[in-house]
Amino acid sequence: MDSATLASILVPLPVLLPLVGAGLTLVAGPRDGWQRAVSITVLTAVLVDSFALLVLADRLGPLVVQVGGWAPPLGIVLVVDRLAGLMLLISSVVTLGVLLFSVGQGRSGEDERDGGAPLPIFHPTMMVLIAGVSTTFIAGDLFHIYVGFEMLLVASFVLLTLGGSIERVTAGVNYVFVNLLSSLLFLSAIALVYASTGTVTLAQLAGRLDEIPDGVRLALQLTLLLGFAIKAAIFPMSGWLPDSYPTAPAPVTAVFAGLLTKVGIYAIIRTQTLLFPDGRLDSLLMWAALLTMIVGILGAIAQDDVKRLLSFTLVSHIGYLLFGVAVGNQAGLSGAIFYVGHHIIIQTTLFLVVGLVEWRSGTTSLAELGGLARTAPLIAILFFIPALNLAGIPPFSGFLGKIGLMQGGVQAATPLSYLLVAGAALTSLLTLYAVARVWARAFWQRPVTDLTETDSATAGPLPEPAPRAAAGLVTGSLRLEPARLFELQDLADRPIPRGMLLPAAGLVVASVALTIFAGPLYGVTDRAAHDLLERSPYIEAVFPGGVR
Amino acid sequence: MTTNLTLSLLVGVLVGCGVSLLLSRAIIRAFLGVVLISNGINLLFVIAGGPMGRAPIFGVNPESEMSDPLPQAMTLTAIVITLALTGFVLALAHRSWQLDRSDVFTDDAEDVRIAAKALDNEMSDSDFDEDTVDTPDPDDDPDPGGCYPTGEMDIVTPQEFTASAGEARSGGPGGSGGPGGSGEAAGGRS
Repeated sequence: MDSATLASILVPLPVLLPLVGAGLTLVAGPRDGWQRAVSITVLTAVLVDSFALLVLADRLGPLVVQVGGWAPPLGIVLVVDRLAGLMLLISSVVTLGVLLFSVGQGRSGEDERDGGAPLPIFHPTMMVLIAGVSTTFIAGDLFHIYVGFEMLLVASFVLLTLGGSIERVTAGVNYVFVNLLSSLLFLSAIALVYASTGTVTLAQLAGRLDEIPDGVRLALQLTLLLGFAIKAAIFPMSGWLPDSYPTAPAPVTAVFAGLLTKVGIYAIIRTQTLLFPDGRLDSLLMWAALLTMIVGILGAIAQDDVKRLLSFTLVSHIGYLLFGVAVGNQAGLSGAIFYVGHHIIIQTTLFLVVGLVEWRSGTTSLAELGGLARTAPLIAILFFIPALNLAGIPPFSGFLGKIGLMQGGVQAATPLSYLLVAGAALTSLLTLYAVARVWARAFWQRPVTDLTETDSATAGPLPEPAPRAAAGLVTGSLRLEPARLFELQDLADRPIPRGMLLPAAGLVVASVALTIFAGPLYGVTDRAAHDLLERSPYIEAVFPGGVR
Repeated sequence: MTTNLTLSLLVGVLVGCGVSLLLSRAIIRAFLGVVLISNGINLLFVIAGGPMGRAPIFGVNPESEMSDPLPQAMTLTAIVITLALTGFVLALAHRSWQLDRSDVFTDDAEDVRIAAKALDNEMSDSDFDEDTVDTPDPDDDPDPGGCYPTGEMDIVTPQEFTASAGEARSGGPGGSGGPGGSGEAAGGRS
């Protein structure tokens, strides 16, 4: 079988399989076993397929499929180059992990009961979401990217409001409107691009955008960037994210945190390198990256809820990705691509581990957590490793990614890029502070529900005059209402099913593997960055006979 | 390429009305705004397709007279997507009405809490317990600099201080001078 035939089979599969899976899981309906079997099979197949695609794209260059045999620019093309292949692989790893986690959580988890929905919609919706994400990665034209965005957005709307409780509806309304607005901006950008160039195929646009007047090109670039930046939660368009993500069920938040913002970043990388290589907006992007990093992490420090804290670190670390893109040289871009992969896995893992914490203690509020290092040492380890990795402590991939980005910044050697390097280091330290705070409060300190005799005595009427030590304990542990305290005591130490623990542990292992295989991975990202900056490999793969 | 002025103006009107509706706090109104904007953008696609021509059927009409079919296909896709979203958002607004008897955007509870804390200038309570901050140690020397050789500090409550400052400003007696005033202010705060 020659490579073209092989590509034409393998390339559409990351979209086709989940869509077929969505149909099958919907039909399988109430039969849990069937539904789970279909989902797991589909996602495993997608994982294998993505790995094959990455290897092929790395060996042979971009794989191109003309859908229905129509040649571009008339027909739709699907393109998998190294960047797309890597994104597909990483996203399929985390989606498989999250799906296994939700299966392990089982129907006893209040969220997989779909909030009493007439049909079990969690699995089908997740499949559509994955199909949408894959569509965005393999799309070869702007409008196809838009369609992918809409697929994943509609699925994410459903997942976010699963169960339809008041908090989720409130959060969902904000999320829906912000994302609708960003889609509309993107759509209008596509209309303007078509009006000024007469095409939406990326490879053809690359040439045609060079021919149109500078001002028009700048307007197009800004409109596209604005649409993507809202999706990627870049400051100042990041306010919607921490309000909406934490309310969703743990597996949903984990997938959202891992994938949805990264899809926006992917679109930014793709369009900035392929369509607008002149780098006129680089300094604007650098400022945006700096502010995203700093403001995001300062937000994280102010939070009392672990999920919200992690959502803010998510926003903050989007700044790193944008930093690599804005620097615009090969080292920076390569570091950004590496960091995307690292960050998808780490952020998903952390949210899953927080899901475990929530399962175990019935809360994610730092004021109500405590003592997990003693009562649940396994969760403590599972949190500790990715948390250090997120902060960028040396042996881990977070450190390697940040080093790559900083090298890019130093190579660019402008005052602004040095400022960004400093900002990145500062953000890294503040991230360490934020996760150390979670560690100290949730894992290290005495559990709030663990009352000593003094506490139990003071839980009743306070002895007069209250001795100073007892008063300290009162403020220390009875900060909560007694009713809430008893509720927490009931919820505490719920045993965790192995089915939830293993996928979370698996993702932690994957994050460590990212560190171990950082060498080969950096090789791939270097070549990907080189191709992106070169532009010609992509364009020639889509138009082998030259652009018409 | 020639553009149609009427259509362009119509796009402007639709998007403008849409934006003004979108600023409303009612979900339905804001969503009507989104629908108007998306219709405006659909029209933008029609404009992008260039002047009107004959039906783009190969072999029936000469190629030079055909209108561009691609933007129409894209418009159609966008319309379908908007339709699906309309259904979803209406269901969401209905659900919000069911639960809350209101269909307005509400501020995020956690945001409100943190904003209120910032307004009160209160630190995050998870970091600073009451017994580590603000409570003076009784063993501490109350007058480390030795500014009050008598050993007695003139403790002034903030109310008294503002009252005396008011008197000083109005030129009345009892104003306790510049340096003394600031010393009292510090004493009153501790």
